[in-house]
Amino acid sequence: MKISINNIIHEAEKQETILDILNRNGIKVPTLCHIKDMFPSGACRMCLVEDTISGKLITSCSSVATENMKIQTHSPRVTEARKTIVELLLSNHPDDCLYCVRNKNCELQNLSEELCVTERRIRGNKNSLSIDRASSSIVRDQEKCILCGRCVRVCEEVIGVSCIDFINRGSKSIVGTAFNKGLNVSSCVNCGQCIMVCPTGALTEKNHFSEIKIALQDPSKTVVIQYAPSISVSLAEEFNMKPGKDINGNINAALRKLGFDFVFDTTFGADLTIMEESSELIQRITNKETLPMITSCCPGWVKYAEEFYPEMIKHISSCKSPQQMTGAMIKSYFAEKENLKPKDIYSVSIMPCTAKKFEGQREEMTQKGISDVDAILTTREFVKFINMFGIDLEKLQPELTDSPLGTRTSAGKIFGTTGGVAEAALRTAYFKLTGKELMEFKINDVRGLDNRKETKIKIGDLELGVAVVNGLGNAKKLLEEIKAGRKDIHFIEVMACPGGCVGGGGQPINMDTEAIKIRAKSLYNIDDNASIRVSHKNPDVVALYTEFLGEPLSHKSHKLLHTSYNMRKVIL
Amino acid sequence: MEKVKEILQNYSSEGRENLIPILQDIQDNNGWLSEGSIIEVGNHLNLPVSKIYGVATFYNQFSFQPKGKYHVQVCRGTACHVLGSASVLKELESTLKIKPDQTSKDGLFSLEIVACIGACGLAPVISINGEFHAKITSDSIKQIIDNYKQQQNN
Ligand code: SF4
Ligand code: SF4
Ligand code: SF4
Ligand code: FES
Repeated sequence: MKISINNIIHEAEKQETILDILNRNGIKVPTLCHIKDMFPSGACRMCLVEDTISGKLITSCSSVATENMKIQTHSPRVTEARKTIVELLLSNHPDDCLYCVRNKNCELQNLSEELCVTERRIRGNKNSLSIDRASSSIVRDQEKCILCGRCVRVCEEVIGVSCIDFINRGSKSIVGTAFNKGLNVSSCVNCGQCIMVCPTGALTEKNHFSEIKIALQDPSKTVVIQYAPSISVSLAEEFNMKPGKDINGNINAALRKLGFDFVFDTTFGADLTIMEESSELIQRITNKETLPMITSCCPGWVKYAEEFYPEMIKHISSCKSPQQMTGAMIKSYFAEKENLKPKDIYSVSIMPCTAKKFEGQREEMTQKGISDVDAILTTREFVKFINMFGIDLEKLQPELTDSPLGTRTSAGKIFGTTGGVAEAALRTAYFKLTGKELMEFKINDVRGLDNRKETKIKIGDLELGVAVVNGLGNAKKLLEEIKAGRKDIHFIEVMACPGGCVGGGGQPINMDTEAIKIRAKSLYNIDDNASIRVSHKNPDVVALYTEFLGEPLSHKSHKLLHTSYNMRKVIL
Repeated sequence: MEKVKEILQNYSSEGRENLIPILQDIQDNNGWLSEGSIIEVGNHLNLPVSKIYGVATFYNQFSFQPKGKYHVQVCRGTACHVLGSASVLKELESTLKIKPDQTSKDGLFSLEIVACIGACGLAPVISINGEFHAKITSDSIKQIIDNYKQQQNN
């Protein structure tokens, strides 16, 4: 089929939307409500084009091309219409750009610039809506909301939570929770995927900047930091380096410049998690306890289960997440080694995740008033921190992490992507059950960004069924199968975010799935080239067990590294 | 007592198309949609409560507060409008200290704007629990409301 676009004939495939044809041919039209690879909603009308045959302005994202259309993408009529839409959106906008986290990274700003909006022609009544700061992870500033609906759709279609929707009608429309209450009493799992798609500063993470700055200035505090496996491959592009480049050495150096006294790697905690989790799996299999066992390192998933699947809680591994395990070791093992009082340690982490902020303040993560982790920065906040302190990340001489919680293996490293936890756990479980290492560490069946991956692994006489899901909406489908009686799966990895933590809700705002792929690939490259590829060979982990914990699932391990979950009553 | 469970028994839990009829039914029976009732509808239809609340707030016919003991309806039809129903509404808002669709703290009065109630000869007109009060002025409103308050005290 052929259609004419800006007087040039283009090929169109059957059922292809006009927007897809334009994108394929390098013609840009602005979009707002549209989310790539999701069903078009056609709500904002920003993507208008003109069909000169019918004389109509049509939304390119939701209109399928038909034979002999004559499309103009930038005729005066079209650009004027688009400009008016932006002017209307701006008419009641707070114009807070200079004070906004999304300044210089805002789609509304970009549109206004692109369409040459230089004066205020339309003046609307400013809304006076309050800011919802009740959640421990997400802040909602409704005055900056332009009602594109992207958050609503992601929350429903990708995360399967649906705690927000449009409420009221007409000029009173807002996006909010049931009964317009705070996010904290809704079923929100704090994943932050809504932030990732929000075009403006209406959705942001709860900022932990000031607490950390105060701690860094406090001479009585030893300030310790850890960073998640995915962080070192998610930052490079923010500092003009090659996307996906592993810059852990530069990060270590930067963190010391920022004033942190000790720099640890959450990847160490990931290895520790694997030691505990694989032992738990083996124990459950040998003692014929509840199976399948489901991973517990994603706090978005854990809260989701507590709300929507309380009957499945017994399936979830009792292991704390790598962040909390590292935190717990900082305030016990490390404190003992350094002769520090736990209360004098301020423990910070950098995470690709907003749900980690929630996890950090769960009461199960505090013992006698001492929290495992005191403050949590997202990748985005970390980027701001580096810039704020005038650090040129690229030019820094790479440095090593500190001992005793700094050594990483590549098994812990691949935790950052969907399938990585399962792969790392299987490597160690195999060794524990057979006394031998896997012939081939790479378990291809669980790699890649598919919604769900399944495989069977032969360990001795045992055939282990493994399933990996990312995006909680996909977890739901699998859980329903398990509830309906599926028995061939013994171990399940769940990550709330699409792609796992490399696509986490705390990552740099980037609508491109390409970035997620590049980060995942980089983690697997690290694994290909690593000298230690199994968690049980991490020398620091081995030392920790000899010096402090005894063995996996020991009494001490249980006290410090394991936790419990409870049914959560929220508005579903 | 709120009637919700009995109402829900009349509707299958399949499909969204029952949502609006259910909400209407509850509104008609209870006079309003309580949080509890909306949550129960969600459980019954297996839909997120945010969605139900979203749909319910889209339509003006639903109220989210129980009606007051005295429910005041202000006619905003053309005849009433021409004869000053806008200032009648203002006066009521300030006397009762509530906005349309709200209920006063003591639960005594609630306020609603309605389209023409077919009593144009009496414009501007208000109705309190179905009883019409004709040719309202700012002064007469105060008097009327005071009478109801006194009724309550006696
Ligand atoms: S959301 Fe965008 S346009 Fe609005 S204040 Fe923030 S930066 Fe400015
Ligand atoms: S954080 Fe996740 S669960 Fe919460 S509103 Fe956003 S998308 Fe929904
Ligand atoms: S909060 Fe953001 S994503 Fe959600 S509707 Fe408003 S502008 Fe769109
Ligand atoms: S982007 Fe096409 S209508 Fe919103």
